[in-house]
Amino acid sequence: MANDGAIASVPVLAAERISKTFGEVQVLFSVDMDILPGEVHALVGENGAGKSTFIKILSGFQPPSSGRILLDGEPVTLPANSAAEALGIILIHQEFNLAEHLTVTESLFLGREVARFGVLDRKAMRAETRRVLDMLGSRIDENALISSLAVADKQMVEIAKAISRDARVIFMDEPTAVLSREEAGVLFDQVRKLKAKGTSFVFVSHKLDEVMEISDRVTVLRDGQWIKTAPTSMLDGEAIAQLMVGRELSSLYPTKHEPDVDETIVLSVRGLTTGYVQDANFELRKGEVLGFSGLIGSGRSELMEAIAGLRPRLAGEVLLHGEPLVAGDFREANRRGLAYMTKDRKGMGLLLDEGMTTNLTLQSLGQHVTHGYLDPGSEAKAMARARRRFDIRVRDDRVRVGRMSGGNQQKLLLAKVMETEPQVIIIDEPTRGIDVGTKQQIYHFIAALAREGRSIIVVSSEMPEVIGLCTRVAVMREGHLVGMLEGEEISEQMIMRYAAGLRRKAVG
Amino acid sequence: MSTNSDIEERVPRRRTWRDIDLRAVAPFAALILLLIIGALVNPNFIGLTNLANVATRSAFIAIIAVGATFVISSGDLDLSVGSMVAFVASLMILFMNSGAIADPSLMLVAAMVLAVVIGSACGLLNGLITTLGRIEPFIATLGTMGIYRGLTTWLSQGGAITLQSSELQSLYRPAYFGNVLGVPVPIVVILVVTAIAAFVLYRTRYGRHVVAVGSSREVARYSGIHVDRVRTIAFVIQGLCVAVAVLLYVPRLGSTSATTGILWELQAITAVVVGGTALKGGAGRVWGTICGAFILELVGNIMLLSNFISEYLIGAIQGSIIIIAMLVQRSLTRKS
Repeated sequence: MANDGAIASVPVLAAERISKTFGEVQVLFSVDMDILPGEVHALVGENGAGKSTFIKILSGFQPPSSGRILLDGEPVTLPANSAAEALGIILIHQEFNLAEHLTVTESLFLGREVARFGVLDRKAMRAETRRVLDMLGSRIDENALISSLAVADKQMVEIAKAISRDARVIFMDEPTAVLSREEAGVLFDQVRKLKAKGTSFVFVSHKLDEVMEISDRVTVLRDGQWIKTAPTSMLDGEAIAQLMVGRELSSLYPTKHEPDVDETIVLSVRGLTTGYVQDANFELRKGEVLGFSGLIGSGRSELMEAIAGLRPRLAGEVLLHGEPLVAGDFREANRRGLAYMTKDRKGMGLLLDEGMTTNLTLQSLGQHVTHGYLDPGSEAKAMARARRRFDIRVRDDRVRVGRMSGGNQQKLLLAKVMETEPQVIIIDEPTRGIDVGTKQQIYHFIAALAREGRSIIVVSSEMPEVIGLCTRVAVMREGHLVGMLEGEEISEQMIMRYAAGLRRKAVG
Repeated sequence: MSTNSDIEERVPRRRTWRDIDLRAVAPFAALILLLIIGALVNPNFIGLTNLANVATRSAFIAIIAVGATFVISSGDLDLSVGSMVAFVASLMILFMNSGAIADPSLMLVAAMVLAVVIGSACGLLNGLITTLGRIEPFIATLGTMGIYRGLTTWLSQGGAITLQSSELQSLYRPAYFGNVLGVPVPIVVILVVTAIAAFVLYRTRYGRHVVAVGSSREVARYSGIHVDRVRTIAFVIQGLCVAVAVLLYVPRLGSTSATTGILWELQAITAVVVGGTALKGGAGRVWGTICGAFILELVGNIMLLSNFISEYLIGAIQGSIIIIAMLVQRSLTRKS
């Protein structure tokens, strides 16, 4: 299967009939894939399709149960535990593998420090780090501590690390999930440059527009099966989405219902100021879906956490159903019907080592207490209800949450938050890192919640999402609420203008 | 997405065997293995009298370790428990010696209440230093460990503090040496304390919060849990358990000294870890802890009854046990 138009060449890396079984569960069924020198090969599929497992096998992190891996046409057994990096095969994990207490330079050279006469040559390492970062067009300080970096910068460090190792094949698992548009653009420029030098990329993503933009070929997996490999130029986003889910995607977004103008105001935020967010004013009506857009780091999450009481506020007030909400008391906000769903489902949302039920009821345990003790029967009922309502699909209902797919985790997190029966729900990045099918479901859940008369704030970095779901969109920039768009105004261009500081208008 | 029906069908059959959590079972398996080894070494070992003796002697560590299970499950550590035993016991005996209350029974009750109050207060102090003071529990309790020990040494002027009233002594004696329906009191206390602890940890809101805080402080915070309060209460529970252990300890010897309870914190932590509770927090296993405490005592007992290992090596063997337990725990985690 040659790159269309290109000279047929030996694949750098190829998978032949790779199967993988965990215990009794088979997750990959004879999957084939070949990676040509200097191509960007997108690997797409719904959550649970087996993409992550597949690239872990191809990069030596897990052995296949059967099948062969060919390097330059020769069968190889990849050494375990990232030793394959020596062969130029590098996996950039979805969760970063960076030690928080090291500097950027130390991270880059971790495990292969440059030494002269047994003493670390810090100067040479710093210079090399600077060179690679400059090449990437990144302004990260090579002496900065990893813990001080923003998520996007950590991603950049991972990429710099891969580049500095003379990678031949770089696997990237959802590299843009935490990046803003601009940052993703920078990343893609670098990918193109490296590609021109012959480096190959395997790019796992749920963002089909990015797949269309960057990749040469696309391989689609569904339920652990190989479905199709084709040049990207022969496909469009819609076609890929259909291949992924195996069914027609009826409209991704549900129909919007704009609340009446005179509908009661359930939440009003006046002059709210935190360390970064300055003087935020807005109101939320009953049954409304209000979007919050803006670049990463524009202060959206900080504002929302301050409203919910997870962060102290310096000034301003929050009225919930007309009554003021005490600052910094998340439990009180919860009790009064305001819920906040974090964007970091693994770090802040779910206990990964526990089962689904423990997670589901954690925030609403009071409902399951009779005479002072927990009633497992009542919890089990809630779990069964949540699974039906939010369509959480798992093979074994006693599975640890950490082993569930991202989509199921996100549904569980939503279910957990909804257990508190909130009237106002703030959802921060509702669909980060989950597949199209689950995204669509979550959009419909959000619309259904609004129809029940609940009010929802959707904070999202994906503009189509905000545009598709919300009847009003607030835009933030550098800690300020710079625009409130309604109706016809809601478009990518308009949001971008406000987010980038080209326009602003008084809000509130 | 996946064909749900055929998966659902497979589940019940698989469940029977796979669902057994190896980590929860491992300590009990080790216990049975030890019992078998003991029986082979010396036929007297497996006798009811000997085993009851072992269980009785494990009582102090077992009860303290139950408290440690809470602290460790919530992601903290308490190194001060051994010193705390000496401190609480000293104050209790000094109070009884003071003769503040004439009636012996009333005096005894008051002394016991005092011990419980002091134990809880010591725990509370540990908790507040750790949470409000934002000091690593290792360092905070290393500090209080020195404080409680130092105060005990000062109170006893380097010697021993002995219960003087023989009347009180004989009145208090059954609390350690007595029987309830033929079962030694310390064993009854272990069972009652453990049952209550298991109930709190597995069946109350607080218990669930302990596990959540131990697994992830951030997730707990974002779930509306008062993280610091949960941690502090765990330290108080630890103090309470220490006090209960003291209530059994004082009638046994009627005396304390500056060396009372030395290294008990390590034994308690060993019991917790051998019992299957992860040192990094999260899953707490109260019954496993009791099993761990019993294993520690059994190993000593087997060494005494057998003649081929010197009992002076007890510390070395117990040290090895904690390392082996950690290795086993880790290999079991990988498999599951």
